[in-house]
Amino acid sequence: MTAKHAFEPKIVAFLCNWCSYTAADLAGTARRKYPFNARIIRVMCTGRLDPAFVLKAFAEGADGVLISGCHPQECHYISGNYKAYKRSMAIKNLIADLGIEPERFTMTFASASEGEKFAGIVRELTETVRALGPMGRVSDRLARYSQFKQDDIVAGGEDLG
Amino acid sequence: MADKLKFAFYWAASCGGCEVAVLDIDEKILDVAEIADIVFWPVALDFKVKDVEAMDDGSIDVCFFNGAIRNSEQEHIAKLLRQKSGALVAFGACAVLGGIPGLANFHHRKSIFDRVYSETESTVNPDGKRPKTTFAVAEGDLYLPEFYNTVVRLEDVVEVDYYMPGCPPTPEMILEAVTAIAEGKLPPKGATFGNIKTVCDTCERKKEEKKVKGFKRIHEAVDVDPEKCFLEQGIICAGSVTRDGCGARCLDANMPCRGCFGPADDVVDQGAQLVSTIATLLETDDLKEIEEAMAALPDLAGYAYRFSLPDSLLRRTVVDELEESKGGPTGGPAGGPKKGPDDDDRGGGKKGVAAE
Repeated sequence: MTAKHAFEPKIVAFLCNWCSYTAADLAGTARRKYPFNARIIRVMCTGRLDPAFVLKAFAEGADGVLISGCHPQECHYISGNYKAYKRSMAIKNLIADLGIEPERFTMTFASASEGEKFAGIVRELTETVRALGPMGRVSDRLARYSQFKQDDIVAGGEDLG
Repeated sequence: MADKLKFAFYWAASCGGCEVAVLDIDEKILDVAEIADIVFWPVALDFKVKDVEAMDDGSIDVCFFNGAIRNSEQEHIAKLLRQKSGALVAFGACAVLGGIPGLANFHHRKSIFDRVYSETESTVNPDGKRPKTTFAVAEGDLYLPEFYNTVVRLEDVVEVDYYMPGCPPTPEMILEAVTAIAEGKLPPKGATFGNIKTVCDTCERKKEEKKVKGFKRIHEAVDVDPEKCFLEQGIICAGSVTRDGCGARCLDANMPCRGCFGPADDVVDQGAQLVSTIATLLETDDLKEIEEAMAALPDLAGYAYRFSLPDSLLRRTVVDELEESKGGPTGGPAGGPKKGPDDDDRGGGKKGVAAE
């Protein structure tokens, strides 16, 4: 965060243990430069990801979400990456209806040897999200409009009877 | 008389179906009348809000509250009834989840007002008039409730003791609740009537291999096999993520589950879970085919959150009123013409011209 509080996108990245997490590791040990915006969460397989994880991330103020797993036909558990890809494409459809730009969410593939590719994925998503701007927490957004729970109308309000 | 229980019924943002559902218990309503006096029921009885205000706090034994909270009057009455009631029951999908009125959360106040007061085919409103919350006439000020930007569940404004989902709750469930109240055998506070498992658990359709080539909605389907699982026929059904308690009655009538009982016990977000379920049914492993099939799912969010948008993780479309009036981000729902910034983010159309 710079002194001027320039917008730095917060990106939650779910990476599979066997390919993409190792790719991120490789990007680090190979000293590849890439944006610090991705907060990496390791999962055993992208097939383990519930779409609720993605929605929860957005609800809590993530500006972008990345899922990255093994290349097609290379999943450690045979089909987890296909399941994740199907869910991811459906999530894109779902969030578009909820007013979230589908570009904020992406699913990619990066094998354990593709450190540079992983760095590129994060770079690209960070810039896409930076251009789209901040999301903010859903709870803050709701609070901005509502008086729910803030004051007791029964005690002090006008008679609506 | 003094020994009788006191019941109250109220409706907020709802269709009125829950009011009728109370009468669906048929002649058993007479048994209810035996054990309880109904002290407030705007749809059927002539008690006024001031009668409720005059009651002692906690003097109503059980209040059955149906409907979501969409405006300030509903919030006011919810708080009043909470204060006067020993037990408050969120009655029906709208009170528990937000329900059908909660679909308004795909829009916001400004786009709803624009649509209703300017854009509908039958609207003639050349001066662009909007309702105001107060209006002065010779006799004094007149008030209208403030229309909120977001529809919320009953539990978002007051503490709720029991949840009775369903659109509407089934007669069996209502009887179960009334009997439990009469016998003093109420479940622990915070309990939801219905089962903890999903509708699939009671659904008697044949369930075998779930692999489909594509999806359709029920009205697009011809030759629906009445014996076979809807999902296996490629027809979107919310049964696998929805709380059971209805006895799978829609499925018996050859209609897929719409999800009115809300998420089952272990489901965090009903829509996300449904998306997860149906996406993995697709048989292909071709990435391009996957992309096309998922992009083609029609009105996915509308189906996934038909009753539970205010109960979901995101709770509403994230394009908000302020952004919308500034031109806002793209990709959000259609919001109608943009008419310059709104100076008051809680204005409820205060800027509008009063109808005379």
